[in-house]
Parts: sequence; structure tokens; C-alpha cells
Amino acid sequence: MELLSLSAVELSAAVKEGKTTAVEAMKAVLARMEETEDLYHCYLYADREGALRRAQETQEKMEKGELTGPLAGVPVAVKDNLCTRGIPTTCASKILQNFVPAFSAEAVVNLEKAGAVLIGKTNMDEFAMGSTTETSAFGVTRNPRNPDHVPGGSSGGSAAAVAAGECFFALGSDTGGSIRQPASFCGVVGMKPTYGTVSRYGLVAYGSSLDQIGPLCKTVEDCAVILEAISSHDKKDSTSLERKDTDFSSALVKDVKGMRIGIPRDYLGAGLDGQVKDAVWKAAKLLEENGALVEEFDLSLVDYAIPAYYTIACAEASSNLERFDGIKYGYRADAQGLHRMYKATRSQGFGPEVKRRIMLGSFVLSSGYYDAYYLKALKVKAMIKHAFDAAFSQYDCILGPAAPSTAPRLGESLSDPIRMYLGDIYTISANLAGIPGICIPCGESEEGLPIGLQLLGDCFQEKKLIRAAYTYEQLAGVQSAPIVKPLPAKGEKTDVH
Amino acid sequence: MSIEYETVIGLEVHVELATKTKIFCGCSTAFGGSPNAHTCPVCTGMPGSLPVLNRKVLEYAVSVGLAANCSITRFSRFDRKNYFYPDNPQNYQISQLYLPICRDGWVEIDTASGTKKIGIHEIHMEEDAGKLIHDEWDDVSLVDYNRSGVPLIEIVSEPDMRDADEVIAYLEKLRLILQYLGVSDCKLQEGSMRADVNLSVRRKGQEEYGTRTEMKNLNSFRAISRAIEGEKNRQIDLLSEGKEVIQETRRWDDGKETSYAMRSKEDAQDYRYFPDPDLAPVVIGDEFLRQIKSRQPEFRTEKMKRYKEEYEIPDYDIEIITASKHMADLFEATVALGSQPKKVSNWLMGETLRLLKEREADPEDIRFSPEHLAKLIGLVERKDVNSTVAKEVFEVMFQEDVDPEEYVQKKGLMTVSDEGALRKAVEEAIAANPQSVSDYRNGKEKALGFLVGQTMKAMKGKADPGAVNRLLKELL
Repeated sequence: MELLSLSAVELSAAVKEGKTTAVEAMKAVLARMEETEDLYHCYLYADREGALRRAQETQEKMEKGELTGPLAGVPVAVKDNLCTRGIPTTCASKILQNFVPAFSAEAVVNLEKAGAVLIGKTNMDEFAMGSTTETSAFGVTRNPRNPDHVPGGSSGGSAAAVAAGECFFALGSDTGGSIRQPASFCGVVGMKPTYGTVSRYGLVAYGSSLDQIGPLCKTVEDCAVILEAISSHDKKDSTSLERKDTDFSSALVKDVKGMRIGIPRDYLGAGLDGQVKDAVWKAAKLLEENGALVEEFDLSLVDYAIPAYYTIACAEASSNLERFDGIKYGYRADAQGLHRMYKATRSQGFGPEVKRRIMLGSFVLSSGYYDAYYLKALKVKAMIKHAFDAAFSQYDCILGPAAPSTAPRLGESLSDPIRMYLGDIYTISANLAGIPGICIPCGESEEGLPIGLQLLGDCFQEKKLIRAAYTYEQLAGVQSAPIVKPLPAKGEKTDVH
Repeated sequence: MSIEYETVIGLEVHVELATKTKIFCGCSTAFGGSPNAHTCPVCTGMPGSLPVLNRKVLEYAVSVGLAANCSITRFSRFDRKNYFYPDNPQNYQISQLYLPICRDGWVEIDTASGTKKIGIHEIHMEEDAGKLIHDEWDDVSLVDYNRSGVPLIEIVSEPDMRDADEVIAYLEKLRLILQYLGVSDCKLQEGSMRADVNLSVRRKGQEEYGTRTEMKNLNSFRAISRAIEGEKNRQIDLLSEGKEVIQETRRWDDGKETSYAMRSKEDAQDYRYFPDPDLAPVVIGDEFLRQIKSRQPEFRTEKMKRYKEEYEIPDYDIEIITASKHMADLFEATVALGSQPKKVSNWLMGETLRLLKEREADPEDIRFSPEHLAKLIGLVERKDVNSTVAKEVFEVMFQEDVDPEEYVQKKGLMTVSDEGALRKAVEEAIAANPQSVSDYRNGKEKALGFLVGQTMKAMKGKADPGAVNRLLKELL
């Protein structure tokens, strides 16, 4: 049995059936990491000893019948902006390089309760600011589908770890597409739920009103099961919702007959790579052939989403990141006097993209500009929500690409931040409107790079998305199997297994 | 002839609310405790922590707003005030700028020329900061976050006050309202009530306001009065010399009786206020408001009226007793235990006030319980102790809240009612003081007093002076 090609749900079932153990599964993941981490660099911190110990404990609990859920015994990777008690949490930033939290994020606690076993912390864009994982202070992550390309971002380490077989599933966070876009680039499944579905307690905030935690995984079934496990009404998070409809796996039904699917014309217009467009159209046709009602429509305000998003996200970030000042924890520069210390710490501790967004956010909130920028952006946000409300009175799902292209080459994106920001066009509206979105693989480019299909739904309609995505996945055949084939020999690294 | 000036004063009063836990986390608000004992990830600004509003804070703020005749904002929100300082762990303070919880109210004060309404511009909720401790010896600064996240309300008045007396009357009125509501102990010295004074002067009759300054660090009514006087004169002197008042924040140094500029408007910070995305808007429903209204206590004016009708005590007593919620509660509870109102009032107006004054304490500091006061009154009524002993017992009770019955028993202070023992003591006093006896018989009434004293002394004070008097007259 090739353990690493199993989905999370399949693995847990195999452990329960006694075909393997949680420890064996963890060992397989760690062995895989030995082979491939030097190249891919999915992880910032791998807690090898702790992972094996936890796997052993989990195995014992499973044998005693104390853990029976569908994720019990499954090794999981967690994005490094989610607090993990006793395990470093850096947000891929120098300013938090020595930070070890005293508590775990609620989503992580929920996963532990479900019996998933933490491996370590994945690489990301610094404080989730970026679309390529290249803004990490601790080195880039390579796309396992083609190591010359980026894995996307900001949850690039999580998406790459799933694609590389370095975990069975991972958690990411999505503020403007940070789960869906890397899922698209790495050829895995990724989902951002409705805002408030997963507690943000313990997620180091970037844009608090937009941030949501969600799964990156191999199949739609895994996605539903993971989301079910991490969703909870958490009194520690005032924006957490009480939902009684989180039995997401009940939506794993292969049937889209009568489902109304709308494709925004603007989503398939100028700026979209031809191969991506063809793959997305093909996917839409497949759903249509199987009974869905597919049509194009005009979703207004698409062009306003990016400026509104960057205004709001940066404004919140500029305030959220103020606490990193060298006083209480994290990096402190050696400087005399309080203000010099603040200045030196933050100048040295933050990377250029983070500084850019802090400056942008501070500007739009500054007195005299607040109304013109921040308040206006909030109005645009409300209008975008209305546009989606109108669309969802017509359609069950909105279908489109998750990114304008396949994964860019390493080093291509950072030189032109505006272009990088524009790459978020298909994903950020969902964050502004608070609605759920899922990305699943729908083909490959000629270069063999994955292409993702994005489905958006109305608030609380995750089940419709899961149903449509599951149906597509079943019809098209599972396409998100991890790359477990041996690596091509590279440079002086000759001892590849 | 010199120009006449008018002073215009508005106040920003910060009040620490007496909730058990902090405004956005479950940590204790208790004073004392070793540094950072009352902290958690939320009130120390740890990454990933999130604030959750303490409902009690909202209830308290709304009850203050209602008592101050404010309109309650049905849809209010918290905003972040961004500034860097180590006592502020997130480097932003969660406060309310755009939609404060209460607006447009007033309170009435008594002035020399009658009553006057002072407008309340707004009341908003916010969190307190931690404390920096500068260790000069080691040349380091340490931060204690025990106070970080303690709930505050800021009561912002309109610029309706014209002199220090009105300011003090306004502050006393606020303090009374807050104490009656039981939402704060309002101690200026301990910082649970802090007032910043905004002051400007203008020519008498002039419509527009002059340039104002804001004065901080005023921690007693006396300091406030002196600071107002000082600042008024400083501004008038500037204007008389043809100079301008600069809009600035000034710090009052009560020891030196002078203020100095902290920062001017030019270097005022841009706080970049914006709605806190971590906290849901605060929506006040009808039911919530109805509940708070139904729980509003009887305030002083109503209480004074009721006392007049229910208890036969002098108006002056009513005024003093109701000036402190604690004293009024004590009075009512003691009366409820069966003590005669006038007797209770006498103890409060006499011995209690005397001892408070002696110790420079406030009525809020009274420790003894109504049960114990009622017992003491009972002891006197039954003539179990005489009034001198009662006063002695009261002082101990005032100090340590001892049970007077137990105390009298233990110390053997009961009045000796045994006629034989008393007669013997009187006889002994007569025998031992022949000079006084003859003086008395020669018409010197004063000599009787001496003999009473001698008898009391022999009885160690535990005799009913009336009975001693009677026996002496009888035997002489």
C-alpha cells in the first residue's frame, strides 16, 4: 500500500482497519520530507520527535476506541500564522523568529480533538502578505509540480506540502485568496468558508474582517470532513458564528441536476490566460452535460474589488501589526531609547512587502484621508456584497478561475507588486463579501502546471459548493494525487531515492 | 479699566468601572497582586488573541448614561486608537470615537446662584493601559499589565462650567451618581476617577470660545481647584500682555502649584481611529434597555424625599446621610433591623463623622455592618452599657467591625445592675472623701459630681450614672 497517495479519510480508515498505524503514516510523511524538503521547503518548522510521540498517543487512543472520527491518526501541517502551543509560530517573519505561543489556535485545538496529528508549521508569505510565498523571511517554497515555479501564496507551504505528499492535509488562511490561489497553483483542493465559520482565535491577524481559516487537501471529501472538524462557535472570537449546518460531509453527493451555475463575463475576459480559460470552460461544460444550468452573467463592480480590498486589508494590517514592537516578544533590535528601539526593530524585523502594506494602511487611515479611502472602500465592500446577493438570487454557484494564470516562475512576481495584486482579482471579492469559495483542480497547462476551478457560493452555502465540486471531481476523475514519484536529480544532490 | 474675562471649562472624566473582570477578557480587575498576575494573552496583546466584550461593562455604561439623561446609542461600535507606547500592549487602545454608547445628556448641579444644568456631550467605553515602572537604579523600565484592559468609561461634558466651584460641584454630582449606581468607587487619589480639565478664557460677553488647553494629572479636588485658578490666571496674563494662548496639553504639578506644557497641537498624534474589526457592533435592544431601566436605583433626590416622609430625622441629617450611597445604605439597613431612625442617625452624624474626619477617610470607607450598629443601639437602649462605654465600644467597632455584644461580654463592660454592689461602692466613696461630703452638705453641688466620678472609677465605668446619682443623694 502506498500510504502517501491515500487521502486523509482513506488513511484514517486504513488505520482503524489495522492495515497501518498512525505512527507508520507519520513515519512515511517524515521519510518523504527527508527526501524532498531540501528542494521544496514547505515547512518552517518540523516537529519530528513531537510528531512521532503524538502519533503514538493517537494510535493508542484509537485502539482504545477513544478516537473514532474520520481524521483520527492523520498527519496534518499547519500554516505558520496559526498559533501552536509550545511550537514556534513565526508568520514567516524575522520579527517573530523566536516566538513560541502559550496557546493553540482554536482550529488547531479542534483538529487535535478530531485526532489529527500535527507535523509542523508551513512556510507562507510574511504575515500572509503576498501571492507567491516569496515574501517569507526564511526562504521560498517551490511548487512540487514544477520546482522552478512558485506554489502560490500566501498559504504556499501548506498547498505545496499537500501536493508533495509531505502531509495528508494542511490548514491555511485566506484573506484575499491565500488558500484558493495556491490550491490552484499546486493542483490541490482548497476552501475558504463563510466568514465566521472557523474561529480566528489564535490566527495571527492580517486583515481581521477578511481572514478565514480553511483546509488544503487532496479531495473534496477530505475538504468537507476537515471543514466539519474545524468549524465551531467560539466564544473567544466575537466574529464567530453559531451554525447548526456544519455537517458538510452530508453534501458529498454526485448530482448537479438543476443546479444553477453563473459565470461572470468579467471573469473570463481580458487578462485571463487562454489555457486557464479553456480548462475552466471545459469544466463548466462537463457540469452542464450532467444537468447543471450554466450561463454567463454580469457581476458588477469586479474592477473595484482590488482597490477596496487593498485599502481595507492594509488598514487593518497596519493596526494589527503594531503589537510587534520588540517590547513583549519576538525580535528586538539593539538600540538606545524607546523610539529608536521601535524604529530599528520594525525596520529590521519586517520585510519590504509588509512595510509597504503597513505604510499603505497607515496612509488610508490617517486624518484627512480616512473618508476618501477607508470609508469609501467600506462602501464598495457593501456594494460588492449586494452584487453577490443579486447574483445568488439567480444562481446556486458562481464558477470561474481562481487565478489569471498558472503558477509563475520563481522571482517573476515580486518586482511588480501592482501586477501581483491584480492576480487576486478572482478571489478577493469572496473575502470582501464574506462568502465561501472552493478551488479544485481542473486540468493542466501544456507545461504541466495545474489549473484550478473556483466555485463561489452565498453565505452559509458551503454545501452547494461541496456538492458541485464533488460531482465535478467524480466526473473528471481525482486529479489531486500528490507527487510521490522520485525527484529528478538536481545539481550535486545525487542520492535521491 | 481692566478687561473682564470669563472662564469656560469642560471636563473629560475617566471612571474605572467596578466589574470583577476586565473589559475584553476574563482576568481579574483586583488591585494589588504581583506584577502581571492578572494577565492573559488578550490583555498582554499576544499574537492571535481576540477581545470579547464584557457584558457588565455595557450594562454599567448604559446605566450611567440613563442616570445622566443621555440618549443611548442603539447601534454603537468600538474603534481602535492607534499609538505606540509600552503600557499599551497592542499599541492600540480599544475605545469608542465614531459611535459612543451614550450622547447628549445633562446633570444638574447646585451653585451659589441656584441650580444649573451641565451638558454631557458623550460617554464612551474603553480599556485602561498597563503601568510602566522605571527602575532608575538598573536603568530599565518594566511593564505591569495588571491594569491593562480594566474597563473605563469616559464622560465628556460640554464646556458649560465657569469656575472651579462649578467643576467641583459637577464632579461631586457625577461621583454621587456613579456611587449610587454602584458602578465605581470613584477614588481620585487611587485613580479610579480621573479628570482632565479643558479650559479657555474669553472676554465677558464674547460669543466664540478662546483657545483652550487641556490639563492632566489632577488627582484631588483641591488640585483641580488650584489648577483651574492657576491656568485661568496664566491665560488671562498671556492675553493681557497681548500674547496668544497655545492649544496644548499641560501637566499640573500640584507640589509646585504650576503646570507645564506636555505637547502642543502641532505635535499631536494622528491616532488613525477606525472601527475595530475584531468586535461586533453593539446593538442595544428594547429588552436590554428595559432591564437596565428597571434596575436603576433610587437616586439621591428621590431618597431625600422618601426619608422626609418615612423617618423623623432632621433635614440636615438627611442631607449628610444621602450624600453617600454607602452611608444611606447603612442607615436604611440598620433601621430595617428595628433600630429607631433617630438613634441610627445620631450615631452616623456624631461618632461616625467624627472618627471619619479624624482619620481623613470618606463615608465609603466605613467598615462596620448594620447588624453591629443595631446591636450597639440595643445595648444602650437596654442600659446594658452606659453611653461612655458605648462610645468606647463604637470606636473599636468602627475600627475592626467587632460584634459589640460579644465584645462587651468578653471585656466585662456590662453595667453592674446589682444594687448591693453599687450601694457598697457609693458608701466607700463617701467614707473615703469626707471633704467632698462636707462640701456637698455645705451647698457645693459640684462636689456631688466628684463623688459620682469616684464611684464610677471604683466600678470601672460599668455603672449606670443615673443610679449612682440617685444612691449618693439618698445616702448623703
